[in-house]
Formats: sequence, C-alpha cells, structure tokens
Amino acid sequence: MIAGDFLGLFNYWIVIVLMMLGLYTVVSRGNLVKKIVGLNIFQTSVFLLYISMGKVTGGTAPILTGKPEVFSNPLPHVLILTAIVVGVATTALGLALVVRIKNAYGTIEEDEVQAADDEREFGNTAGTRDEAR
Amino acid sequence: MTIANVIDIALLVFLGLTAFAILKLRALFAVVMLSSVFSLVSACLLVHLDAVDVAFTEAAVGAGISTVLMLATLALTARREKASTRTQALPLIVVFLTGLALVYGTLDMPRFGDPAAPIHHHVAPKYIHDTETEIGIPNIVTAVLASYRGFDTLGEVTVIFTAGIGVLLLLGAFIREPDGLKIQTMHHHLVLRVVTKVLIGPILLFALYVQAHGDYGPGGGFQAGVIFAAAFIIYALVFGLENARLALPGHAVRVLVACGVLLYGGVGIVSILFGENYLNYSVLGSTPVHGQHWGILLVEFGVGLTVSAVMVSTFYAFAGQNPPISDEDW
Repeated sequence: MIAGDFLGLFNYWIVIVLMMLGLYTVVSRGNLVKKIVGLNIFQTSVFLLYISMGKVTGGTAPILTGKPEVFSNPLPHVLILTAIVVGVATTALGLALVVRIKNAYGTIEEDEVQAADDEREFGNTAGTRDEAR
Repeated sequence: MTIANVIDIALLVFLGLTAFAILKLRALFAVVMLSSVFSLVSACLLVHLDAVDVAFTEAAVGAGISTVLMLATLALTARREKASTRTQALPLIVVFLTGLALVYGTLDMPRFGDPAAPIHHHVAPKYIHDTETEIGIPNIVTAVLASYRGFDTLGEVTVIFTAGIGVLLLLGAFIREPDGLKIQTMHHHLVLRVVTKVLIGPILLFALYVQAHGDYGPGGGFQAGVIFAAAFIIYALVFGLENARLALPGHAVRVLVACGVLLYGGVGIVSILFGENYLNYSVLGSTPVHGQHWGILLVEFGVGLTVSAVMVSTFYAFAGQNPPISDEDW
C-alpha cells in the first residue's frame, strides 16, 4: 500500500520539487537571465504536472489506429502544447525587456538596477548602502 | 515496479539534478545550455507519458528556439552572474513552505495513471469517442486543438501575436532596420557553412511535412512553425543577418505575423457567413467531415504562419541589436 502510494504520487512530488527549484531560482537570484531560466523551469514543471495527470496506465498516445486501444487523455496535451509555444513567446518578451534594461542601466543584476534607481531618486547613496554590504 | 516506472523515475531525477545545477552555476552560458538539456529531457519524459505532440513542441521550442534567444540575450548583456549579496533564508523558507503545502495537496489526488481519475471522465471520452465520426482524422490532439477547442487555440495564437509585437516594439525593430550593420557571423567556419547548407533544405521540407501531416500523426501548425523558423535562424546565424534579410525581408515577416491570425479568424467569419457558429467548420465542405478537414487544414496553416513569422522576426530583432561581445571572446 505504501509502495503503491509512493509510486502513485512520485511524479507529482518530483514535479513539485522542480517547481520549487524554479521558484527559488526566480526569487533568490538577482541576475535577470537566470530568473527567466528559473521561470522556464517552473513553467516546464507545470506542463509535466498536467501531462502526468493525463496519463492512463497501459494507455498509448491519442492517435487513432483503427484498433480498439486505451488512450491517454488528449485534453491536457492540447492545453500544454499551446502553452509551450505561448511560453516561448513570453520568454522572448522577457528577454527583450532584459536587453532594454541592459541598455538603460548597463547591468542585468537586479541589485545594481535598484541601486541605480535609488541613486537617481535620492541622490548619491553609495556611502550608506554600499558600505553596509 | 515496472520498466516504465524505472524510466519515469530516472528521467524525473535527471530533471531534478539539471534544475539544481542551473540554480548553482554562475556561468550563464552553462545555465542556458543546461536549460536546453532540461527541455530535451522533459521532452523525453513527455513521450514516455504518451504526449507525443507536446514532446515534439517542447523539443523544437525549448531545446531549439528559446536556447537561441537566450544566447542572443547573453551576447547583448552579460556572461556571468554576479555573486548575490542578498540573504537566502527568506526565499528558502517561502519555497519550502509552498512545496510542503503542494505535497500535502497531492495526497488527495488520484494516483498516477489511475483510469478512474475524474479528469478522464469529463469531456475527454467524448473527444476520444467522437473524433473518428465527427472530425474524421486520426490525431485526436489535432482534432481537439483545431476544431473542438478551436476558439481557445485562436486565443493562444493571438497571445503569440501580441508577444511578438511586444518584442518588436521593445527592441525598436519597427523604427530602424539597420543596413550594413557589422554583425558577427560564423562565416569563416567552413564546417558550419557546409553543414548548414546541407541542412536547410531538409529542415524546411520537414517543417512542411509536420504542417501537412499534423492530422495523421504528431505535428501541426505550432511545431511546424517553430521548425520552419529554425531553418531561417540557422541561416542567419551562419551566413549573417543581412543575407537572411535578403532571403526573407523583415517587413515581409511582420506582415506574415498578422496574416496567420487573420487567416484563422477569417475561417471563423466564413463559417458565420455560411450560417453556422464561429469556427464551426462543418459548412466549409460538401459533407460536415469534409468541411472539418478543410477548416483544420486552414487554421493549422494560419497557426504555422503566425508562429514561424513571430519566431523569425523575434530573432531578427535580437540579432539586429549590435552585440558588444566579439566572436573570438566566445
């Protein structure tokens, strides 16, 4: 029973681990390209979660062959197929923003961008912030 | 524990290790390459989970196009991540608690592969049962994508269209199309040049096959669009952006971006004019099934057109920026 439960939930658990690794990369890393890679990992894990739910034991790919067969659920496949291509389009948008941020600030590290913003708003804060580091 | 379980677990563990390496590495080139590996391994896993269409897309998009775009970004920005100065404790706690909550949530979920799970007893049986008689094509995923849920797919194509416009606006591709810009090419690599020339034809042909054969096997407009764009991107990478622009001018691609969405939406309008609901293709042919064939063929072509045009113009926009890193530095 325990072993059955473990195998029955293993996919979901690893997918959750992957999701959290992606989320942690997004939250904890300051580099904007790294954040986007983290976001992609998170996104792919969500895809795997959906497809895992659609899998039927002993099933096969949902393409009719004329023989009676058990098919895995085609509906998550449709959702995720379009989501992947939408994902790359939004990734491209994110990367374009990163390029623009680099042009404007000369850096793609979030901390430095924020420091530059602070400086612009409150004058030179180098004496307080940078020494505190 | 069967062989299938072993493959499943091995691939998942490999994905976990890759994700962990991505988190730890600071060399961004390696990070991008590992994210490509991550996509390819997840594509393998998707095949294993019977999602062949999805795996196809993931392999073409994740391992192909997004890697190229990320490398283009690296060339324009930075190649190393600076050491983080912020505290790591709070994100770790947040992520750990979120993960714990999600794991707690899975305890009530139907077990993996359970045929009695509610997801398999909603509309999915109808699609599996009726596709043969109502749509008349073997690939159920294409039938659901282009016909049963055609409205959703129109929405997705519009999102891709919008994201493409966003990239072009952000990178200023509408304002200036730099002429005679000295862009680094790999023109002096003889092997790359020869291999590319040999590859481009088969890649284009394969894209057309995937586009046309999407009704019968894995494939369709989304995958074909990405593969078609890959042929132009590899040409631009090796022979330079100017030459690629001669073959396929930037303004022509931008027109094609809109044409695909218009074709998709237009098919819907035509079905209204014939007295049916929006995107109901049954009226487009002599019999309802014949009409479905026409409708799916046309909207898939629209999808392929928009996807490939968005990918190519996005790449043009990235490559048109002047990269500060010279070829030798890579």
